[in-house]
Amino acid sequence: MANHDQNEKPGVFDNPRNVKRVIYGLYAVCAVVFALDIVSWIQGMAGAHELRHPERGWEGFPGFYAFYGFVACVLLVLVAREMRKVLMRREEYYDDE
Amino acid sequence: MMSSIPPAAVMILGAVLVPLLRGRLRTAYVLALPLAGLALVLSMGDTEFGKTTLFGYDMTLVRIDGLSRLFGWLFHIAAFIGLIFALRSPRNIEHPVALVYAGAAVGAVQAGDLITLFVFWEILAVSSVFLVWARAGERAFRAGMRYLVAQVGSGALLLVGILVYADAAGSVSFGDIGLDSPGGWLIMLAFGIKAAFPMLHTWLTDAYPESTFSGAVFLSAFTTKVAVYALARGFAGEDVLVWVGAAMTSFPIFYAVIENDLRRVLGYSMINQLGFMVCGIGIGTELAVNGAVAHAFNDVLFKGLLFMSMGAVLYRTGNINGSDLGGLYKSMPKTAGLCMVGAASISAFPLFSGFVSKSLVMGAALYEGYDVVWLMLLFASAGVFHHAGIKIPFFAFFSHDSGIRVKEAPGSMLIAMTVAAVLSMVNGIWPTLFLYPNLPYEVTYQPFTSAHVISQIQILFFSALAFCGLKLTGLYPPELRSVNLDVDWIVRRPLRRFALSLGGAGMALRGLVVRSGMAVTNRVVRTAERRTGPGGVLERTWSTSVSVLWAAALLAFLLILYFVR
Repeated sequence: MANHDQNEKPGVFDNPRNVKRVIYGLYAVCAVVFALDIVSWIQGMAGAHELRHPERGWEGFPGFYAFYGFVACVLLVLVAREMRKVLMRREEYYDDE
Repeated sequence: MMSSIPPAAVMILGAVLVPLLRGRLRTAYVLALPLAGLALVLSMGDTEFGKTTLFGYDMTLVRIDGLSRLFGWLFHIAAFIGLIFALRSPRNIEHPVALVYAGAAVGAVQAGDLITLFVFWEILAVSSVFLVWARAGERAFRAGMRYLVAQVGSGALLLVGILVYADAAGSVSFGDIGLDSPGGWLIMLAFGIKAAFPMLHTWLTDAYPESTFSGAVFLSAFTTKVAVYALARGFAGEDVLVWVGAAMTSFPIFYAVIENDLRRVLGYSMINQLGFMVCGIGIGTELAVNGAVAHAFNDVLFKGLLFMSMGAVLYRTGNINGSDLGGLYKSMPKTAGLCMVGAASISAFPLFSGFVSKSLVMGAALYEGYDVVWLMLLFASAGVFHHAGIKIPFFAFFSHDSGIRVKEAPGSMLIAMTVAAVLSMVNGIWPTLFLYPNLPYEVTYQPFTSAHVISQIQILFFSALAFCGLKLTGLYPPELRSVNLDVDWIVRRPLRRFALSLGGAGMALRGLVVRSGMAVTNRVVRTAERRTGPGGVLERTWSTSVSVLWAAALLAFLLILYFVR
């Protein structure tokens, strides 16, 4: 194992523009799948049930999965942050056993 | 003649010769054993043999049927992949131990009766602990000891359960057990310890990250999947398992978000995946049990792949903390790529294996009217992507550049990871090739409908969006060097203090136990590693077996002391 020397070629993500590209790519994919969901919902309303076949009404609501995924992850992280206040100890906590 | 050899014997008995071999011959032999076992299992098809009667009970050594078939294949494949990965292990004890461990897993899933199951259940426990102890050092020894207490505890419960159950049922055949009798409850609890039920799970997240870089790969494959199989065989359709499984999918992901040791993150993530299987078993319909078995099969491959990628990072950098790593995509690009295949598979991206197996369980939950459970599973699915799909590759290979520069993982490790990655993708792209046709029941489910694919892609990319937003706004909790308290704290702190308060004698005795136990296990590990000179082979094997015998005797003594302390 060695630390990097100054002459090495910079990595792809050392360029902040490439990081931005990834993030914008993510936004674009989110927009496209959300749009596709709306289209499929409209088709489902128009009677194309082979394209959209929700088991429950609320599951078929446009953007349900997008909303649920986003909110689930935000809640997950915010609750986990709070858990740290109660559960986190220094790394050597159990070392004196 | 061939058809009367129990498949488990190939790896278990074959392992005995491993310490005698050196160099390429040893490598070839070690890798040939799981392949030979796999060939034997495949040549047998569905069968039952090795029937005997003991104390008036009918026993069946080998039973291969719809439910145990895939598990038998899986454990040979997993052993093969793991052994390729472990070729670089400096611990010579790892190969024979892993072979015995894998063989015991095969024996357990092919056991036709509960007594045979119990025997292999115990071999699983005693062999696997050496994969933790092989790491050497006090930390690994203590973690291994706690692991062993849980595993042997599960074995003891199983034995008592079998006795109570056999007395009432008049049979030890291993079929549907159910929860109508106290024996059934005890047996389920024994299975539940090995399946990492909530509150009984800490042995897993405690010991797996303390094992060697390759040990965790084996550990993640066998013990818990044997337990999943056992639950599916004995307790399919027990409603309580639906809720136990749903809890298992949900609670560990919170820990996974704040955990710093990336192999411990994978440990928590493993409980989450086991939750999907346990839930499917609890639902108990053909679709749900198919889902549980298919997911067990896929999980061994992709979780093995993730543990291998983190093992390779640990092997090269000597570190596995999220707080200390980052930027490794520059020096380990192939490992990073393979890790991301594992990440995509566990996250159930369409065309990766998790998608075609998790959907079976989730579909079944909805069809059977478990709406709340389904919402929990959906929450957990988003969470999996968050902590295993993004966090693992992000903090190891990307994030801020830690400045660590190492060599790419060795060729043998890359080969092992590639095999797992290819199998994960084959199952994901073409589930009807060999996964679906070999499940316990016929599969009529179609995972690749456009609605299903669109909803899954939505949930995944909006989870990624959440990660991105939380990271950019600084709300995402930073990786910190720390430990997080889990339920094992109760044993390790208040109960320990109570033992301390009983007086110095108890602690002095415990110190003696720990020291002598470490001395013995270190001796076993070292003896197994000692190079043999010409003509020294016989003497060496003699001393190894004597050491092992002593270790076994002392282990029994240690465990008794640990329990009565």
